[in-house]
Amino acid sequence: MDILNEYGQILLILAIIFGVFMAWGVGANDVANAMGTSVGSGAITLRQAVLIAMVFEFAGAYLAGGEVTATIRKGIIDPLALQGTPEYLVFGMLAALLAAGTWLLIASMVGWPVSTTHSIVGAIVGFAAVAISVDAVNWGKVSTIVASWVVSPLLAGTISYLLFKSVQRLILDTATPFENAKRYIPIYMFMVGFMITMVTLIKGLKHVFKDASFKLSYPEMFVIAAVVGVLVAILGAYLMSRVKLNDSANDDDRFANVEKVFAILMVFTACAMAFAHGSNDVANAVGPMAAAIATIKSGAITAKSTMPSWILLAGGIGIVVGLATFGYKVMATIGKKITELTPSRGFAAELGASCTVVLASGIGLPISTTHTLVGAVLGVGLARGIAALNLRMVGNIFTSWVITLPAGAILSIIFFYVFKAIFS
Amino acid sequence: MASSTIISLFGQSPIKPLQNHMHTVFECTEQLNDFFVAVCAEDWPAAEAVYNKIAELESAADDQKQDIRLHLPKSLFMPINRSDLIHLLSKQDKICNKAKDIAGVILGREQTVPKKIAADLKAYIKSAVAVVLEARVVIDELDELIGSGFGGREIDRINKCIIKLDKAENKNDKRQIALRSKLHAIEADLPPVDVMFLYKTIEAIGHLADRAQSAGEQIQIIIAR
Repeated sequence: MDILNEYGQILLILAIIFGVFMAWGVGANDVANAMGTSVGSGAITLRQAVLIAMVFEFAGAYLAGGEVTATIRKGIIDPLALQGTPEYLVFGMLAALLAAGTWLLIASMVGWPVSTTHSIVGAIVGFAAVAISVDAVNWGKVSTIVASWVVSPLLAGTISYLLFKSVQRLILDTATPFENAKRYIPIYMFMVGFMITMVTLIKGLKHVFKDASFKLSYPEMFVIAAVVGVLVAILGAYLMSRVKLNDSANDDDRFANVEKVFAILMVFTACAMAFAHGSNDVANAVGPMAAAIATIKSGAITAKSTMPSWILLAGGIGIVVGLATFGYKVMATIGKKITELTPSRGFAAELGASCTVVLASGIGLPISTTHTLVGAVLGVGLARGIAALNLRMVGNIFTSWVITLPAGAILSIIFFYVFKAIFS
Repeated sequence: MASSTIISLFGQSPIKPLQNHMHTVFECTEQLNDFFVAVCAEDWPAAEAVYNKIAELESAADDQKQDIRLHLPKSLFMPINRSDLIHLLSKQDKICNKAKDIAGVILGREQTVPKKIAADLKAYIKSAVAVVLEARVVIDELDELIGSGFGGREIDRINKCIIKLDKAENKNDKRQIALRSKLHAIEADLPPVDVMFLYKTIEAIGHLADRAQSAGEQIQIIIAR
């Protein structure tokens, strides 16, 4: 209590700096993974990808990011265990942010595949279990989170597999693939619009309209989401109607025209992907920051504290800045290297991944967007959709689990003791 | 960092390089037409020039083959069985090896062709090269096969191409039989070693067409899995 009074100002500033730094890191690296597939398939240009990412990452973070943030800031640690020493929670969350940020920096220089989500969860669990007590960790929640890391790539893979199979059945393997593409693609667009609206209505409006006592019943939400979905589909159908069948494309290149139509669909799934990513990954930065700030301000740990929405806003801005300063370069690299993913495949992978991530965001589970996308791409591969996938990557992901969790934990324990030594 | 996760997930597709290899193979065997024109005219410097071109293309195909094999790590996950693919590659490669052998041995002993069978021999080599072309057409469908995600319609298309390939090979067989009986009719008037040699050449050209057919049919094995 005294410590928080004495150093409150400094700790508050540190929390904001570390939090925004972490958000910057997410924007600089993770977003590129989520959006790179769109750029790589040639559906959108780099500039368009950055613009889409800016708008939809921010929207996702602000409208649907609250649930995961709540998990990170008060779901992993049992607040009651820290009742007597609220300053430990502040030190710990600062340590976790710094540890995850440092680890991401190290890993990115060495070139290891790491996940921001895994780093931050490992860091929080690490300081809580070792520096405070094993009981301080809400192990039930943590095991749910870890289980979701296995389930999310599998689920995304399954959805993408089914999506691509449906594309094969309805469009690619027909006598008139171009005409069928125009006929069926609006259905996929409807799915994108419906999904994003539904999640926004269920999760987002709760805190946007919380003062206006604005409440919708589920059937009402369903209808609104369906209407938005139809509008999105109509917009998509209009855009597709402007695609001209290229007659010069000879028989040898039968699918070139079809892919052009899919490229339009992919603009929509790219938006969904950015939205999904924003809804889940912004919490990695914002969650610990919010926990620290709330504790500093109130001087005690309050389980029921509400989160000021400016913190989510700050996280969203951090991500956008990260993307604008550094992320677009990573995106350009990914875009250049992934040329095997045509729009008809890329859309299936992105839609499968974004559905999974948005679902996890709704339940409040912090998952890795990158790993989910990898699962989705493999799902399309299993449907015999991609010419060559490197399976060594799957091994790398396991390695990243094994390395990142302890690394984040050890670093955060060290930082925790450093903060404790400085401030007490 | 994390960016490498997505990048390194995608391997280099072997399909386009495989098709390029087949194009080189066809270009190589196609030279046999010019080669036999020169041989029948007994223009040995011209024949040698064509032979050099054949050798050059054959070695280019070899390089392509090596390159494809190097880029096929075991960890690659493909819609096509890896060993089927390597098998197809080596079948393609054997076509132009045979082409080089045929030209090389003829040039080596400056084997002349009796006037009475020259026209038939030229037609025969032409039809053998046509078989290689049909095989190339089949291989060229590979990327469409993947583009369609192994759709049934694409498989039907390929099967039609394979029927054309089989027909071309059949035609070539018939030419071979006709040419052999023509040679048989005049063999008593020719030096025995030359006759033996011509029979061998006719047989080798038949093998060339066989190999092309077998490369094209390898696609059926790829589809069947």
